[in-house]
Amino acid sequence: MEILLSLLVGVLMSVSVWLMLSRNLVKFLFGLVLISNVANLIIFKVGGLTRGAPALITDGGSEVYANSLPQALVLTAIVIGFGLVSFTLVLALKAYQAIGTVDVDEMTVAEQRDDPEKSE
Amino acid sequence: MNGLLIACIMTPMLTAIGSFVLTSSAKARGAISIAGSLLLLLLATVLLYQVAIGGPVSNQMGGWQAPMGITLIADTLSAMLVMVTAIVSLSVNVYAMGDISKARIVGGFFTFLNMLIAGVIGAFLTGDLFNMYVWFEVMLISSFALLVLGGNKVQLDGAVKYVAINLISTVLLLTAIGLLYGLTGTLNMADLSGRVPQVESQALVSVVGVLFLVAFGIKAAVFPLYFWLPASYHTLPISVTAVFAALMTKVGIYALMRTFTLIFPGEHAMIDATLLCLGLVTMVLGVFGAMTHGDVRRILAFHVIGSIGFMLIGLGLGSALAMGSAIFYMMHGILIMALLFMLAGIVGKLSGSFELKRLGGLYQQRPGFSMLFLLAALSLIGIPPLSGFWAKLLIIEAGLHHDAAVVIGLVVLVSLLTFIPLIRIWSEAFWKPCPLSAKTPEEKTSDNRANGLKTGELKLIPPTMYAWVPVLGLSLIMLLIGFLPSKIIALSDTAAQSLMKPVAYLETVLPEKINKEQK
Repeated sequence: MEILLSLLVGVLMSVSVWLMLSRNLVKFLFGLVLISNVANLIIFKVGGLTRGAPALITDGGSEVYANSLPQALVLTAIVIGFGLVSFTLVLALKAYQAIGTVDVDEMTVAEQRDDPEKSE
Repeated sequence: MNGLLIACIMTPMLTAIGSFVLTSSAKARGAISIAGSLLLLLLATVLLYQVAIGGPVSNQMGGWQAPMGITLIADTLSAMLVMVTAIVSLSVNVYAMGDISKARIVGGFFTFLNMLIAGVIGAFLTGDLFNMYVWFEVMLISSFALLVLGGNKVQLDGAVKYVAINLISTVLLLTAIGLLYGLTGTLNMADLSGRVPQVESQALVSVVGVLFLVAFGIKAAVFPLYFWLPASYHTLPISVTAVFAALMTKVGIYALMRTFTLIFPGEHAMIDATLLCLGLVTMVLGVFGAMTHGDVRRILAFHVIGSIGFMLIGLGLGSALAMGSAIFYMMHGILIMALLFMLAGIVGKLSGSFELKRLGGLYQQRPGFSMLFLLAALSLIGIPPLSGFWAKLLIIEAGLHHDAAVVIGLVVLVSLLTFIPLIRIWSEAFWKPCPLSAKTPEEKTSDNRANGLKTGELKLIPPTMYAWVPVLGLSLIMLLIGFLPSKIIALSDTAAQSLMKPVAYLETVLPEKINKEQK
C-alpha cells in the first residue's frame, strides 16, 4: 500500500510538473491544482498509514489508532489550497479578459521593452 | 501564559476586520487602521522591552505544552522584527490615506493591508513550522488581494506572475514540511532542533533543507528565483509596493535564518556555502539590474533584490558576528526600502510619471524634498554616518573575521556600483531641467496618454500631509539609527548570539525536556 501510494505521488508529481511547464496559463493552473494535492498526499503518506483504525481514541481506548496530526495538517492544507486555487482561477479569468491571451509569453503588458522607435 | 504575543497578532487582524465591518467611509476606515497600527506599535515596543530585559517570551496555545501544541515565541530577533514591522505598518497606513484611491479603499484596501501585517507578525512569532506555513498563506492571500485590487491590465499581468511563482513556493514549503515531519515526527521548531541530528539518514535531511532553501528563497527573491519581483512590483500603487518591498522578502530571509540556525545548523556546511554564493550573486545581479532600468520604481525594486544579497552573505558566513551584521542590515533594509518607495511615490505625485526621461526639475521645484531623497539614497549606498554605512561596515567586518577577501571585495564593489543607478535618478529626476515645460500641449497630451491619463493637461494631485508625515518620520528614524547605531548593533548581536546558541529559546519552549537532559 505504501509503495503504491509512493508511486502515485511520483506519477502525479511528474504529470503536474509537465503541466506547469506549459506556456498556457490554464494548463499551468491544472498543474498547480494537481501539485497542491500531491503535497497533501505526501504529508498523508509520511505520517504513516494505519488501516482500519480511528484517529480519535474512544473511552476505554483501543490498541491501534491512526496518527491524527497528518490528517489535521492535510485538512488545513486542503482548505488553504482550495482558497488559493479558486483565487487563481478567477485571476486567470480576469487576466484573460483584460489582456486577451492565456499564453504567458504574450503577457508582456507590465514589462514592455524600451523600444525607442515605438515609444517616440 | 503571556497574552502579549497573541495581542501582537490579533491587533492588526481585528483592525483589518473592524475597518471593513464598522464603517464604509474611506476616511473612517483609514482612521481605524491608523489607530490599530498605533496600538500595534505600542505593543511591539512593550514586547521588545520585555524580551531585551528578560529573554525570550513564549506562549503555548490552548494550554497544550510543546511539542504537542502550537508555540508562539519571541526571542530578540522576532521582537526586533515585530517592532520594525509595526513602524512600517503605521507609516504605510498613514501614507495610504493620501495615495490609495477611494474605490480601492471601499474595496477593502485597509483590510488586506492589515491582514498582511498580521500574517507577517504571525510568521515572525510562531515557533511551529506548520503554523509558519499557515501565516505565510495569510500573508500571501492578502498580498494577492492587494495586487489585484482595482486592477488594470498592467496590474493583472504582474499579478499572474507573482501569484504563479508564489504558489509554487507554497507547495514546495508544504512538501518540505511534510517530509521533515515524516523524518522526525514533530513540527515544533525547538523540538526539531533536538530531533533532526538524531535522524539516521542525514542525506535526506539535506534534501529537505534544500527544499526549504528553494521555498523560502522564492519568497525572499534570491538568485535565481527573483524574476517575479521586478515583474510585478512596479505595477502596484506605491503604498502597496512600499509594504511589499519592505516586509515580504524579509519574511523569507527571517524564515531562512530561523530554519538554518535552529533546524539545520552548522554541520550542513554545503548549505552555508550555497547561501553565501547565492548571496554574492544576488547582490551583484541586483545592482546590475538596477542600472538597466529607466523607471524609478523598477530601479528601486532591483535594489530590494540587492539588499537581500547582503543579508544572505551574513547568513552564509555562519558566525554570530556575521549573523549580527545580517540582522542589522535587515532592520536598515526594511526601513530604507519603505522610505525610498514612499519618496518615489512623492516623485510620482509631483511630476505625474516614474519614467526618468519624463522627469526633471524637481530640485528647482522642491529643494527640501530633494535633499530628503538624496539622504535616503546616500543611506542605501552606505555613506557615513547614515544607517547603510553601519550595515555595510558590519558585513565587511564579518568578512574580515572570516578572511573572506572575495566577499569584502564584492561588497565594496557593489556599494560603489549602487551609486550609479541612484545618482542617475538624482541627476535625471532632480537636476536636469523639466522636459515637460519645453513641450507643446499636443506633446503633453500624448505624454498623458502614455501615462494612462485621457487628455489635456497633466492632472497632478500634490502630496498631502498623509505623504509627508510618514516620510519625515521614517527619515528621522534612519538618521537616529545612523547617528546612534550602538543600541541597535548591540541588540542585533544579542539576537545573533541567541540564534547561534539557542539555549534560552529551547528552554523557553521546552522547559521540562531541557531540565531532564541536564539531570
